[in-house]
Amino acid sequence: MNVVLAKSERERVTSDIFTAARDRLPGKGKVAEARQRAFGAYERAGLPHRRIEEWKYTDLRALMREVLPLAAAPDAEALERAEAALASLEAANTQRLVLVDGVFAPALSDLSALESGVRVRTLREALEEPANDSRADLLGGSAIAGAMLALNAALATDGVLVTIAEGTALNKPLHVVHVATRSSASTYTRSFLTLGNGARATLLESFVAADRAQSYQVNDTVTVCLGDGVELEHVRLMTDAPDALNITNAIFTIGAKSRLNTLNMTTGGGVSRYQGYLAFAGEGAEVMANGVSLLQGRQHADNTLFLDHAVPSCMSREIFRSVVDDRAHSVFQGRIMVRPDAQKTDAKMMTRALLLSDEAEADNKPELEIFADDVTCGHGATTGALDESLLFYLRARGLSEKEAQALLIQAFVGEAIEQIASDALRELAISAAQRWLAARG
Amino acid sequence: MALLEVRNLNVQVDDREILHGLSLTVNEGEVHAIMGPNGSGKSTLSHVIAGKPGYEVTGGEILYRGEDLLEMSPDERAAKGVFLAFQYPVEIPGVATMTFLRTALNAQRKARGESEFSTPAFLKKVREVAAGLNVPQDMLKRGVNVGFSGGEKKRNEILQMALFEPALCILDEMDSGLDIDALRIAADGVNALRSPDRAMVVITHYQRLLNYIIPDFVHVMSRGKIVKSGGKELALELEASGYTQFDDAA
Repeated sequence: MNVVLAKSERERVTSDIFTAARDRLPGKGKVAEARQRAFGAYERAGLPHRRIEEWKYTDLRALMREVLPLAAAPDAEALERAEAALASLEAANTQRLVLVDGVFAPALSDLSALESGVRVRTLREALEEPANDSRADLLGGSAIAGAMLALNAALATDGVLVTIAEGTALNKPLHVVHVATRSSASTYTRSFLTLGNGARATLLESFVAADRAQSYQVNDTVTVCLGDGVELEHVRLMTDAPDALNITNAIFTIGAKSRLNTLNMTTGGGVSRYQGYLAFAGEGAEVMANGVSLLQGRQHADNTLFLDHAVPSCMSREIFRSVVDDRAHSVFQGRIMVRPDAQKTDAKMMTRALLLSDEAEADNKPELEIFADDVTCGHGATTGALDESLLFYLRARGLSEKEAQALLIQAFVGEAIEQIASDALRELAISAAQRWLAARG
Repeated sequence: MALLEVRNLNVQVDDREILHGLSLTVNEGEVHAIMGPNGSGKSTLSHVIAGKPGYEVTGGEILYRGEDLLEMSPDERAAKGVFLAFQYPVEIPGVATMTFLRTALNAQRKARGESEFSTPAFLKKVREVAAGLNVPQDMLKRGVNVGFSGGEKKRNEILQMALFEPALCILDEMDSGLDIDALRIAADGVNALRSPDRAMVVITHYQRLLNYIIPDFVHVMSRGKIVKSGGKELALELEASGYTQFDDAA
């Protein structure tokens, strides 16, 4: 784990980036100290590389190579381009919270139209509150560690802090949109969603590029805390620019008798890693953690999930589907931990990859660590090509090769997408898949 | 011009020759039965006509309305009116039968330069056809052939035949796996589609099917070619004497 490699020139440059960015980073005193500590932690580790087991398939030293300078705060032109990007989003009738180049954009957000019971602040406000240095906890104290998470803490410029009051049932989805307008720059956002007991909500997250934005780096952390008896449906659609990098840490804590249904859908980005950490904090809770990656060209998308069954009598289901064309590379790492106290755990994970070309690659790594004896755990993984006999049947009925493939691919990813309960969100995911298929030609 | 003209066809699979100089002419309005023992090459013929990959044509030709059929992709053949009712229709989980039918019908219409069906027009057409074949609506909502019984699968094939209105229907062992009631329903569906501008090639091992679908011509296949042709009475003759008499002839 603690392999020390010689620091590259590029990594030395990163410390200059931090120094240069410092004036722009919100928060002084303890907040600034927390940033410094986090940056120190990042510097000691450097970019994760293949000799670190959990980064074996996603070697950021090779794939990312360097940390780009912090994106400039959005100016009027950037906001205009972001607005244009928002206009082309299909998601309608949501409560929108927009971050442009890592900075909350109130003018593009629906702050005045929030439903009652929803409270939104920005990370910047919270960190800059003079009398309240203790908000340094927003930059640390998370359940997981890692160099990219530390880098996020050091450089986080903004984010949204959303609380949904106890017993509130939202009518419209909350929609957090990350728009990138700058090229060859990096953004760091850190958001929190806290749901009080008995709350019911839908969270949609979108990562999009404004016109002409390319080769940028996104580093996001989202911490979602479900109280008891909460129902949350979460859909994340990552459609970043084809040469962009997206590293996201998503940390979920699930209270007793709560239900979380989450889907991460990746069709964009050149290199991406979605690292989900889902921990049960109370008994009788259920998690559906699903993922779909549709990749082409030389895209590399990594979904790494850690289901932490820390308490008894919880259920988790993971369905992951990847469709990999050309020379693209899909990674799925699913770790399920059943801790000694977590009796009556019921955990299942199924991952399937569809390879559409001889050069496509899919790596599936299930890891079950079971320390309790009265549990039901299972996993399965398959990798294969489209079934020739099905393709022929469809072609014999008049579908072209591409049409036949498209129908079978939609059915394949449909198994994960169908798990979304909200019709509107499911349609968005289906439409993202269709756009990918249409772009395939 | 004949609708289908197979001339002296040689076909190999994995370097093994399955069809050795098979010839067959089918005109519009005719129903041909091709009978023969297992392994005589009946299904190979149906697959080659439909364009299934994995078969190498090493000699001869197939003309469809005078055009070289072997030059066409399977979907081009379908759009031009060639339909194969599969012996073993595949199950396609996750693709609703309705979606499949609409996608296929519109793909064929588009390839022919015809306008696509609107959703209401399509639904109306499917309902009419399904009702005529005794296909329940809930079957149409399920994944293509998923969990269908043998009889339902065959009815789904005939439903497609009725919906796509092909000019040439190849029915590959339509009777396999069907009990007598299911067979009668399927055969009634096929008979309803007989028309002066549509030809059918009924491939079967048993004479039984031909009690329900009465052919105009019967051909006996053995060892990769047609060894005897005649009228519908030939089927009865075979029923009495079996296929062994043709082994030497082949």
